[in-house]
Amino acid sequence: MNDTPLSPKSAFWLGFRDMVPFLLIVVPFALLFGAVGTEVGLNIAQTMAFSILVIAGSSQFTALALMTENAPTFIVLLTSLAVNLRMAMYSAALVPHIGRLPLTTRAIFSYFLVDQTFAMSLNKYEANPGMTLAAKAGYFTGTFCFIAPFWYVFTLVGALVGAQIPAEFALDFAVPICFIALSAPMMRSLPHFVAAITSIIFALLFVNIPYNLGLILAAVIAMIVGAQTEQWLKNRTIS
Amino acid sequence: MTYDQGTIWFIIIGLGLGTFLIRFSFLGIIGDRELPKWFLRHLNFVAVAVMPGLIAPLVVWPAATNGVLDTPRMLAALAAFGFGIWRKSVIAAVLAGFIVLYAALYLFG
Repeated sequence: MNDTPLSPKSAFWLGFRDMVPFLLIVVPFALLFGAVGTEVGLNIAQTMAFSILVIAGSSQFTALALMTENAPTFIVLLTSLAVNLRMAMYSAALVPHIGRLPLTTRAIFSYFLVDQTFAMSLNKYEANPGMTLAAKAGYFTGTFCFIAPFWYVFTLVGALVGAQIPAEFALDFAVPICFIALSAPMMRSLPHFVAAITSIIFALLFVNIPYNLGLILAAVIAMIVGAQTEQWLKNRTIS
Repeated sequence: MTYDQGTIWFIIIGLGLGTFLIRFSFLGIIGDRELPKWFLRHLNFVAVAVMPGLIAPLVVWPAATNGVLDTPRMLAALAAFGFGIWRKSVIAAVLAGFIVLYAALYLFG
């Protein structure tokens, strides 16, 4: 513990290093997308364009799944974008921290606003209230400079290797395991845990609501339940 | 897949553009304007409200088994969840999930 404020440069390297564990998530996810993309009939340029332009694995997989069913273009776009709606909430959550950066920087950061860079950066900002704006920017830059190249390169490797990965490896389940791993440490308080359970219950109940709107609805309910639980616990300790 | 090349590119570019606009929505448009307290309080719960709901259907109705509940996958999910909460570590959760998945697939599969 020391009181020296984190310099932007050391914040950059901190962010860079903090992303290393996510290789276990991003590399298989990228490989998988590359492999599945070429398997369903995209060419290599299209598979790469997905990972470079969209840079959001779960929505890319959603789009692929719907495209294999020849869903209407409108439905493919709407559903995949619905999966990404959570990122509007990420965007909002970062405003109090990096909202004062120049517009160009905010545009660049927005492009790199993915689950992992968001989760790590927000945790860091909240754990270190004394961080300067420059250090916060440095940290975020470090996270995406490390992780984004792996996303691009391993999509390409996956696309080139194609469907060589045998089904026995059950890589289909890499996605859920990775998402669970990412969200479990977020349950740092009872209200967070309650919100997670609420989200699970309503997402399962709403699974038949079309266009992934069930997930959005479940998330909104879970957010309200979490915030209410927090308020309720606070009021109880005060009185 | 029977889309023509133009449609495929339209989907990719449309998804890319739309996703960027979603990410840029608050950071770009709202900027450093003061946000209401109740709003910030709810934001605290965004990630934990979205991600479990995103995974739950994939665990209960896995695509690989055509939507039939599957013991190894369920056990792997529980292991990842339990280890993630217990060890507060992403890497521990991923490892626990995969070890249990492969062990259970070997035993039951």
